[in-house]
Amino acid sequence: MALLEVNNLEVHYGGIAAVKGISFSVEAGEIVCLIGANGAGKTSTLKALARLLPIKGDIRYGGESLDKLPSHALVSRGLALVPEGRGVFARLSVAENLDMGAYHRSDNGIAADLQRMYELLPRLKEREGQLAGTLSGGEQQMLAIGRALMGRPKLLLLDEPSMGLAPLMVQKIFDVIRDVAAQGVTILLVEQNARLALDVCSRGYVMESGRITIADSATALAADPRVRAAYLGE
Amino acid sequence: MKRYPQLRMLATIALLLLLPFAVGTMGNAWVRILDFALLYIMLALGLNIVVGFAGLLDLGYIAFYGVGAYTYALLASPQFGVHWPVWLILPLCAAIAGLFGALLGAPTLRLRGDYLAIVTLGFGEIIRIFLNNLNSPVNITNGPQGIASIDPIAVAGVSLSRTLNVFGFEVHGLYLYYYLFAFVALLIVVVSARLQDSRIGRAWVAIREDEVAAKACGINTRNVKLLAFAMGASFGGVAGGLFAGFQGFVSPESFSLLESIMVLCMVVIGGMGHIGGVIFGGLLLAVMPEIFRYSAVPAQQALFGKVVIDPESLRMLLFGLALIVVMLYRPAGLWPEPRHRRELAGKKS
Repeated sequence: MALLEVNNLEVHYGGIAAVKGISFSVEAGEIVCLIGANGAGKTSTLKALARLLPIKGDIRYGGESLDKLPSHALVSRGLALVPEGRGVFARLSVAENLDMGAYHRSDNGIAADLQRMYELLPRLKEREGQLAGTLSGGEQQMLAIGRALMGRPKLLLLDEPSMGLAPLMVQKIFDVIRDVAAQGVTILLVEQNARLALDVCSRGYVMESGRITIADSATALAADPRVRAAYLGE
Repeated sequence: MKRYPQLRMLATIALLLLLPFAVGTMGNAWVRILDFALLYIMLALGLNIVVGFAGLLDLGYIAFYGVGAYTYALLASPQFGVHWPVWLILPLCAAIAGLFGALLGAPTLRLRGDYLAIVTLGFGEIIRIFLNNLNSPVNITNGPQGIASIDPIAVAGVSLSRTLNVFGFEVHGLYLYYYLFAFVALLIVVVSARLQDSRIGRAWVAIREDEVAAKACGINTRNVKLLAFAMGASFGGVAGGLFAGFQGFVSPESFSLLESIMVLCMVVIGGMGHIGGVIFGGLLLAVMPEIFRYSAVPAQQALFGKVVIDPESLRMLLFGLALIVVMLYRPAGLWPEPRHRRELAGKKS
C-alpha cells in the first residue's frame, strides 16, 4: 500500500476550482515531484494535504483518511510541510526555530536530532544564535527544511524550495534534498524548476490548470517532447 | 548585580516595600496615584499576553477590566445584598473575564491585524453599552448611575479602607491597598514570565511570527489563540475586581475606548512582549499625566504670568507628541526585549 494515496482531490477557493479532481500516489522511500506552471494548482494540492485548506476527495496517508485529522495532528503522524516562501519565525533564533520543529515531541532525542541537523546543514550551525529573519533566502530555506526534519517526518511536503534563490544556492538546496531522501524520508516535491526536480525525483506528475495531464517516471518525463517544450525550454 | 539574583530580588522587594512611604511624603494623593499605576500595570501585563506574546491586536481589552469590576461590584455590594469575601470573588473575576476572553476569541480566530482590531473594538463597546443598559427590564448593573457603596477589600478580616494601627504606627488604607496590589501585580509578573518560557509561550510566539508555519509545526493554533485571549482577559478581570473594591464605585464610563487605547499605549511604548518594558510603560503612562496635572498650572504661571492652555488639553497634546516621538525614534518601545539575550540563549543549546 502506498504511503500517500490521493483519489479525486478537489480544492475550491469559493467558486473557483484550483484543483479539479486529481489522483496520485507516493510510495514509501520515493521522491515524487509535481511540476507545472504558475496557477496549475500545485501549492493548493500541498496545502490541502497539510490540511490548511478545506478538501474534497479521498486522501489516505498510511491507510488513514486525512478527513478526520486536523492540521496540527499531522506532524506527530510524520507528515510535515515546508511551506511556500519558507515561513521561518523571523524574530526567533535559528536554534529556536529548529526547536519549534520538535514542538510536538516529548522524547529525549531532540538534542541529538539538533546536532544531526547541524551536520546536515552546517551553515545553520554557524548561524545558530542569529535571528532567522537576518538569514539569506537560501539559509532560510535550509532552516525551513531543517525545522520540518526536526519533527522526524516520514513524508516531507516541499513547496517550491528553489523559489527566488540564486542558481548556486538552488544546487545546494537540492543536494540537501538528496541527502534527506538518502536518510529514508519520503518526499513530495512541488517545483517550477522542472529540470532540477526531474533530476532528483524517481517519478513525476505534470499539473495543468488543476488537473494531472502526464504521469510517468522522471527519465520518461524529461524525454517527453511535451514536457521538454513546455517546462524545459527546448 | 546580574551575578547575585537573590540580592537583586531583595533589593526589588525592599524598594517595593518602601516606595509608598517615599512617595507618601508628597501627600496621600500620590500614594493613590501609585495604587492606580499598579492596576494599570496589571492591565498592561494582561494585554501584553495577547498583543505582545501572541501578536493579536486587541482594542477592546478594557471590557475585561469592566467585567471583573462588575463581577466584584455585584457580589459585594447592596445591589443584590450579597457580600462575598474577596478571596472568593477575585478568582471568580479571573474566571468570568477569562470566559469572556474566550468568547471574544472564538469568532475572531481567523482574523488578524486590522480586522481583528475592529472586531475587538466593537466587542469592548458592546460590553460597555450592555453595562450601561442592563438596568431594565431587570435591574442588574444599575445602568449609567453605576453601583455604589461596594464593600472595601478585606484581607484576613482587616478592611483595607481604614487606617490600620500597627504597633503605634498609623498606616493609611491607601498604603494597605498598595501592598495588596503590589503583591497581585508581582504574582501576575511571575505567571507572565513562566508562561513566556513555557511550551505555550513558544507556541504564542510562533503564531505571532507565522501562523501557517506554526500550524506546520504541529501547534493547535485554535486552542493556543483562545488560551491567549482567556489568559490576558483573566488578568484584566483580577485588576477590575481590585479596582471595584478599591474605588467603592463602578460605572460604565470607566471602561471607555480611551482606556483600552491607553493600556495598549502602555504596552507599545514600554516594549511589546517584554515584561519589564510593559511594567515601565504602565508606570510611565499612569504617573506622568498626574505629574503634569500638578505642574502645568504653576509652570505656565511662572513663564507667562497666566494659564495659557488648560492643563487637561496640554496633557493630551504632549501625550500625543510623546507617542509620535517614541514611535519615530524607538519603534520597538522604550525598553524592548534585549536581542542579545535571545542570541545567547541560542548559543547555549
